[in-house]
Amino acid sequence: MTASTIGAERIGATTAPAKAGTTKGAAKQPGSGAIWKIGTAVIVAYALFPVLWILSLSLKPAADVGDGKLIPTNPSLGNYRDIFTSGEFVRPLINSIGISLITTAIAVVIAAFAAYAIARLDFPGKALLLSGALAIAMFPPVSIIGPLFNIWRATGLYDTWPGLILPYMTFALPLAIWTLAAFFREIPWDLEQAAQVDGATPYQAFRKVILPLALPGVFTSAIIVFIFCWNDFLFAISLTSTEAARTVPAATAFFTASSNFINPTGQIAAAAIVVTVPIIIMVLVFQRRIVAGLTAGAVKG
Amino acid sequence: MAAITMRGITKRYADGTEAVKSVDLDIADGEFVILVGPSGCGKSTLLRMIVGLEDISDGEMRIGDDIVNDRAPKDRDLAMVFQNYALYPHLSVRENMAFPLRLQKVPEAEIMKRVEEAAAVLELTENLDRKPANLSGGQRQRVAMGRAIVRDPKAFLFDEPLSNLDANLRVQMRTEIARIQKKYGTTTVYVTHDQTEAMTLADRVAVLRKGVVQQVDSPRNLYNSPANLFVAGFIGSPSMNLVPGLLTGTSLQLPFGTLELPSDVAQRLGNAQAGERQVIVGIRPEHFEDASMVSDDVKGQGMLFQNRIENIEWLGSELYAYLPYTGGDAIGRQLDQLAGDLDMEQSSGDESQLVARLDAASRVREGEDAEIWLDSRKIHLFDPETGEALARPPVA
Amino acid sequence: MTATTTAPASRKRSGGPVKTTDRAKAERNLGLKLAAPAAIIMLLVTAYPICYAVYLSLFRYDLRVPEENAFVGLDNYVLILTSGVWWEAVLATAVITVISVAIELVIGLAFALVMHRAIFGRRTVRTAILIPYGIITVIAAFAFRFAVQPDTGFIGDVNPLGGTIGSFATIIITEVWKTTPFMSLLLLAGLATVPEELQEAAKVDGATAWQRLWKVTLPNMKSAILVALLFRALDAFRIFDTVYVQTAGQFKSQTISGLGYNALISRVNLGLGSAISILLFLMIIAIAFLFVKGFKTNLGTVKGED
Repeated sequence: MTASTIGAERIGATTAPAKAGTTKGAAKQPGSGAIWKIGTAVIVAYALFPVLWILSLSLKPAADVGDGKLIPTNPSLGNYRDIFTSGEFVRPLINSIGISLITTAIAVVIAAFAAYAIARLDFPGKALLLSGALAIAMFPPVSIIGPLFNIWRATGLYDTWPGLILPYMTFALPLAIWTLAAFFREIPWDLEQAAQVDGATPYQAFRKVILPLALPGVFTSAIIVFIFCWNDFLFAISLTSTEAARTVPAATAFFTASSNFINPTGQIAAAAIVVTVPIIIMVLVFQRRIVAGLTAGAVKG
Repeated sequence: MAAITMRGITKRYADGTEAVKSVDLDIADGEFVILVGPSGCGKSTLLRMIVGLEDISDGEMRIGDDIVNDRAPKDRDLAMVFQNYALYPHLSVRENMAFPLRLQKVPEAEIMKRVEEAAAVLELTENLDRKPANLSGGQRQRVAMGRAIVRDPKAFLFDEPLSNLDANLRVQMRTEIARIQKKYGTTTVYVTHDQTEAMTLADRVAVLRKGVVQQVDSPRNLYNSPANLFVAGFIGSPSMNLVPGLLTGTSLQLPFGTLELPSDVAQRLGNAQAGERQVIVGIRPEHFEDASMVSDDVKGQGMLFQNRIENIEWLGSELYAYLPYTGGDAIGRQLDQLAGDLDMEQSSGDESQLVARLDAASRVREGEDAEIWLDSRKIHLFDPETGEALARPPVA
Repeated sequence: MTATTTAPASRKRSGGPVKTTDRAKAERNLGLKLAAPAAIIMLLVTAYPICYAVYLSLFRYDLRVPEENAFVGLDNYVLILTSGVWWEAVLATAVITVISVAIELVIGLAFALVMHRAIFGRRTVRTAILIPYGIITVIAAFAFRFAVQPDTGFIGDVNPLGGTIGSFATIIITEVWKTTPFMSLLLLAGLATVPEELQEAAKVDGATAWQRLWKVTLPNMKSAILVALLFRALDAFRIFDTVYVQTAGQFKSQTISGLGYNALISRVNLGLGSAISILLFLMIIAIAFLFVKGFKTNLGTVKGED
């Protein structure tokens, strides 16, 4: 249901009751405002508190880390300078960005084909593909790291970018297929015909009408897939051993064990902020779409 | 602008079912033709075959002088208004209307001129820069029409364009469509399931049932001289009363009385009247009247009968009386089928009801008997087996 | 569109061209072609390794002592299922899953209600709730670890991560913080499907806010709740990152995934590790199966109202 609501907001015009759903109901409850305002405040505090604590730690010089204060007394950017001058963070950051972007790009393209087929075409195995994708999304990654570890070492994929991109694809694809299929189902495909009647060739109809409508969904799926790849830890520590392919989450965990940093807390915190801020900005900007994407597949399924 | 000619147009699916069966239809240049029928009658499929969104399994489709069977929609030069308007949500009203012109590579200045003109005609000028999502239903409808108008196409095609609007707006947009079609004089094919739309808008109406054209005629002729039971039941609101009758010579026995056929009807029946025969008699509600409201010189031309008034709906300008009678089940099977086709409820059992439209000044009362007059000159007769009209009144 | 209803059942919602045989065939081919790359990749990187894992699990296969590799049948499984470490990990995983998902359901529902009703700061709250979702799990785990540890935190001199209860509590709080947003968004989507008219009808019928929640809202979003619980339970059961960062499996907090990781990657004992991961896989399937069974009985009663 949300999918259709969001679809209506996004795609809007074609059906009469465009503004149903999300905004409905809320406006009718002016009386009990106070509770909801407090609730809102609680949620915001809940979401932000650990982030603020990490932010505060990242600004504290090593000596102040244990002072227990939320506002740093001697704020400094020393920790940030440290992590950016040490290869221990920069290289994993490049790995994380590269691997996540490549996975996202490939997964979204391949998933878009599959999702188009699911949303628009009738073919045998459609239900199997959807339920198979769901099953894989629920799959415990630890169940395949052993075999992958073994195969990767034999084939030279161990500790390489492709060695992480491949397993990420498996989990990124179901995610992307589900969200994209949900979005594609909401596209008013009739418009393709309208465009043809208006004098467009099939290609023009696709490029001028369907593509602009599909892009927001594709974009949303890309964000969700990217966040998934960005977040992975288990594959990253299992299938890499050096800086060649180690990503930020894995590297951060190893700051503690083996590092030049004497007390790595500040540096970890700084690294955490560096990898978190871009995500938060993305979330801030594309809030509505992400919510749509996260729930679209689930509620429909 | 162009005429549209259909010869033996058929739509057949892979499983052999035929949604449209050998339709012959000539739509003159500039004519407004409406395809009407209950859902599933094939009217939208036929429209989509005209525009090229649906393959033609058999037959020949001509637009102007060209056979267009194998032409892509874009090469047919027709404009279509879809049921859900099919506005491009990512484009402004202006760009929606300009879309077909841009595809034709019309010069920018010309595009803007035509869009502005159409917008003025449709009273959309102030909304040109808004997105469709921010428009009301009626405005969206206008944009869809604007997109059709700017192209100056060979024909306008409408697929149930008013069905997403509420009742008031529907009436308003109906007149709007009529006005615009007259203004541009473009050949128009319009699909609807609403017979009021069909009657008010069309030059001619084609009534379809199960993919077969039942009758193509002016609204007036369809109403006054339906070709068969289906058309009779479909056109008119409230529907025509259909009751069993037994014809003996020139006397027609109805469940609530017997009437003498007017001489012209008897004449048209000709030798079909030999012996006794079952017929279905169609009586429009307005051809009943409260006997006390009928002047004596007219009374003789009809039949008088006493009947209980079960229920009354007084509408100010007129009054609907519901008259129960028994014996209607003689033609039950035929009527059940008809009811099925028309998506109507069919009363079960042998208690049936007549609907009579009486003068609003009538003093008949619910639950009491009243004397009702039936205008014998206006009755319709149908063959109970084939459903075909018998002794049709000559068309105007 | 009315006319096309006579078409065979395969009519598409979009009202696209209804098919002839050739078109159906072409459509089928195109569909298969488009879906094939995704299907092949998913199969290659999951089905094949899973089969390989099953195979490995039947062997003594330790990379440190490759000369001892041999087929041992189900010995690995017997060894695991009779070991206390395994059952400890199962217990830890189950405790973390059950408690965190239960807390998430309650908090998630409260959040969903707030998001559904809040007029003020609607956008803010929906954005804020996405922050935990966007943060890397490892980072969240560090954040909470730093927050509770005496040398970097603010809760005092006792180190919760120095004992069993404190460890579990910290892990569960981290999990809850990180994943409640997802839960609440799913529930919010469910809430949106409950017609506002039902609320109004219940109000007219004299129900209090609390009664409306229990007797109207929740019963009508049962399937959304079940979906949310299923997704989260399956996800929680695979928990690894948080435990690895916060306790490294000390104080009885080792989870099944952690156990598998240790056997597979740290001790490169692929035979034993694979057996562990296959067992985890089977447990996930069992949980999913139970949920789906629960669904079916439930959907049967809910369907009529949809």
